[in-house]
Amino acid sequence: MVSFLLRRLLAGITLVLLVASATFVMLNFTGADIARNIVGETATPEQAWAKATELGLDEPLALRYIEWLGATLTGDLGKSWFTTVPVGTTLQTALPVTLSIILGALIISALVSVVLGSLAAVRAGWFDKTVQFSAVLADAVPGFLVALALALVIAVNFGWLPATGYVPYQRSVVEWLRSITLPSIALAFGAIAATTLQLRGSMFDVLQRDYVRTLRSRGLTENSIVFKHALRNAAPPALTVLSLQFIGLVGGAVIVEKVFGLRGIGSLATAAAVQGDAPVVLGVVIVMVLLVVAVNLVADLAYGWLNPKVRAE
Amino acid sequence: MSVPPTDGLVVVPSAPVRRRHLMVRLLHDPVAVAALVILALLAAASVLAPVLTSHDPIRSSLFDTLAPMGPDHPLGADGVGRDVWAQLLYGARTSLAAALVAVAVAFAVGIPAGLLGGYYRGKADAILSWASNFMMAVPAIIVLLVVMAAVSQSTYVAMAVLGLIISPSVYRLIRASVVSVREELYVDAARVSGLTDGRIMRRHILPVVQAPSIIQAAQIFGVAISIQAGLAFLGLGSPSETSWGAMLNDAFANIYTAPMLLLWPALAICLTTTSLALLANALRDALGGKKVRQKSSVQRPKTSVRPARGAKSAKPAVRNLGAELLRVDNLKVTYPVDGGTRTVVDGVSLVVERGKVLGLVGESGSGKSQTAFSLLGLLPPEAGMQADGIRFDGDELGGLGRGAMNRFRGKRIAYIPQEPMSNLDPSFTVGSQLVEPVRQHLRISARAAKAKVLSLLERVGITEPGRVFDSYPHQISGGMAQRVLIAGAVSCDPDLLIADEPTTALDVTVQAEILDLIRSLQDERNMGVILVTHDFGVVADICDRVTVMRSGKLVETADVAELFANPQADYTRMLLASTLEDAKPRTALKGPAVGRRDRTA
Repeated sequence: MVSFLLRRLLAGITLVLLVASATFVMLNFTGADIARNIVGETATPEQAWAKATELGLDEPLALRYIEWLGATLTGDLGKSWFTTVPVGTTLQTALPVTLSIILGALIISALVSVVLGSLAAVRAGWFDKTVQFSAVLADAVPGFLVALALALVIAVNFGWLPATGYVPYQRSVVEWLRSITLPSIALAFGAIAATTLQLRGSMFDVLQRDYVRTLRSRGLTENSIVFKHALRNAAPPALTVLSLQFIGLVGGAVIVEKVFGLRGIGSLATAAAVQGDAPVVLGVVIVMVLLVVAVNLVADLAYGWLNPKVRAE
Repeated sequence: MSVPPTDGLVVVPSAPVRRRHLMVRLLHDPVAVAALVILALLAAASVLAPVLTSHDPIRSSLFDTLAPMGPDHPLGADGVGRDVWAQLLYGARTSLAAALVAVAVAFAVGIPAGLLGGYYRGKADAILSWASNFMMAVPAIIVLLVVMAAVSQSTYVAMAVLGLIISPSVYRLIRASVVSVREELYVDAARVSGLTDGRIMRRHILPVVQAPSIIQAAQIFGVAISIQAGLAFLGLGSPSETSWGAMLNDAFANIYTAPMLLLWPALAICLTTTSLALLANALRDALGGKKVRQKSSVQRPKTSVRPARGAKSAKPAVRNLGAELLRVDNLKVTYPVDGGTRTVVDGVSLVVERGKVLGLVGESGSGKSQTAFSLLGLLPPEAGMQADGIRFDGDELGGLGRGAMNRFRGKRIAYIPQEPMSNLDPSFTVGSQLVEPVRQHLRISARAAKAKVLSLLERVGITEPGRVFDSYPHQISGGMAQRVLIAGAVSCDPDLLIADEPTTALDVTVQAEILDLIRSLQDERNMGVILVTHDFGVVADICDRVTVMRSGKLVETADVAELFANPQADYTRMLLASTLEDAKPRTALKGPAVGRRDRTA
């Protein structure tokens, strides 16, 4: 188990490095244009050239890559080309926003899919069919449309929850929860669909196993059989699906943040990408891929916790 | 118009005939037809856009800003005065064409890679799998942001990149199909007969992956449409391109003044993506046969017990402390099969006395296990069960719901299964799954329950009860597991023990020990036992009375000595003969068994 986790960690780090390097190369393909972009259309060529020199854009790509790699590995993500604010600082303020809605979405998806998936597997009949059909639809509707609908109906029309803005939990936990509720729900939609379907399927299989019959023969309550024994055995594949969905959540956050006017790393990425602010884009990419790697590691650990056979190895 | 039944087993659509069937089946599914019609209409609208509107979708006019619906603008105009209807039509062009690009690239990359990896395996496969894992770990939209920032603002370039990012899903599908087909005999035969690899792939492998690929294509198409819309909504993409996402972007800016503007593009996107998803779903149904359907149509157990005459006043004032522990009258178990029912237990009646062992004997398929399960209320949900009466120690069990049945199960009626390894919950320690029912039924503390379970484990002959208590099922042997299950069965001092072939799955040496254990526990606790078995040796060893079953029906019931000495039915005689022929020395068993137990009732 430990060596397995180490291997996964190594693969994760490789992934981060590869993706970041590819992004670096892509973003730095056109050096002169970037400087022109930053100083503006009206600036003289000399000013553009000066800017390029200041940012080190006149050096050869290979050299800049090595410098960037060295800095990044020591945790220095550089400064924004436009605002000169250190990327690390910007990320520090943006990350809690995104993490809040992503974690919220994860928790919502896990809870809802456990309830829906288990009930669908146990109840069969029309309830099961409805769940399956709704899951297909929920999976198909783009998350940002759900976000728009929620924003329009719940926030704008009824005014039950704030339509925009993020309140840090340090300021008020209740307000923080209110500010992340709608974005989290919107984000969770697709993940709920996929995870529910998976859980329903594996739960259905587990419920037919011999040991479930034996547990029933011992007169255990239906709740214990379904939510303790069957769920525990059906959870690993659903967990895998959920951890795959996390990648989608990170991507979905980019759009959901725009809808709800949240200044998370998603909107940071959009703004920086539109501007061509390479250091910020790079920082966001690194953080996002790190997040994915971290969540996969956590999923591996949880998998081991759920499955004693894996733990023993 | 009923959909022809398909085999539950999947499904190698290798010939064109099969494909036509698929199409026919699809056209019988109203959801699929609706989805196809919607998609066809969308395609037609995007092609005929210039005919359906005279407006230029990108021409803005200040005068028409946020114009309401009217003759000139059927759906009004947006925040910069562009005609919404025209934008919708031309936006369909962008969406559909862009999604096509993504699908084309995904398949152009995924199919060759999948064929390569799945057919040749080895190094190519390892590298491709590694690459696809990596690609799937990166959020697509981030990559697209970077690409659109650095390389090109064009939607089509972005969609081509999306196709590349998404191609691992095609690769995986193709690879998996190829790996499974590769091992088929007809592919081997083709290889032996000297067909080139290219020909084998074209002739034998591509047809197999065709249908799943269509499903995959529909899904990727949907994903591409929603991602493309998402990017445009974020404000990426060239401003001269009309698209549904760009419409959303504009509408979002006017969300407070003209929320209706959001509706049209949102509706268009939803219609398209849900149609695609439903189409994919219908295709999967049509292809995978009834697999999914069957699962979803499992019914609740239909347990109906016609109480025996006068059983309404059933509960006797005084509990029957007499010899009779369980009486089953005219038990019938049925299963639904295509268009009817199959009866697996037909009119079985039996009596178990307190402190006596009833053997339930028959060949496999005789319905003996089904009889045992129905007494415990453990038939699968789709089974139907009827009886004139199932009286257990004065209570009527037939027709009891789960909750009511749980007052008996585990506490007063216990069960020992046949296959020890598959009957322990693999995710919990042996100890915790034994403690749980003990605590529930006897209402004792966790500590007392643990002590009880440990002493039970010792009683059933486990030398290191503490270690086994903390073990997971996969860490103990089959014989040990069966002892654990026996301990679980007797943990709450049941009156009736139902053992379903408890020794069949075990080594011969362990079999005798387990039988001895069951016998001594039965003696010690004066339990009634139903022992399901096909082995007359076991019957002779341990049973007092025997009921012989064949094809769901009762053949005869008699005391053991009587049955061995003077079988009434031809079938019993035949069974006995075959058993005795198989194992000659066993003729001696009859005597010792009776003699040893001294029960000639």
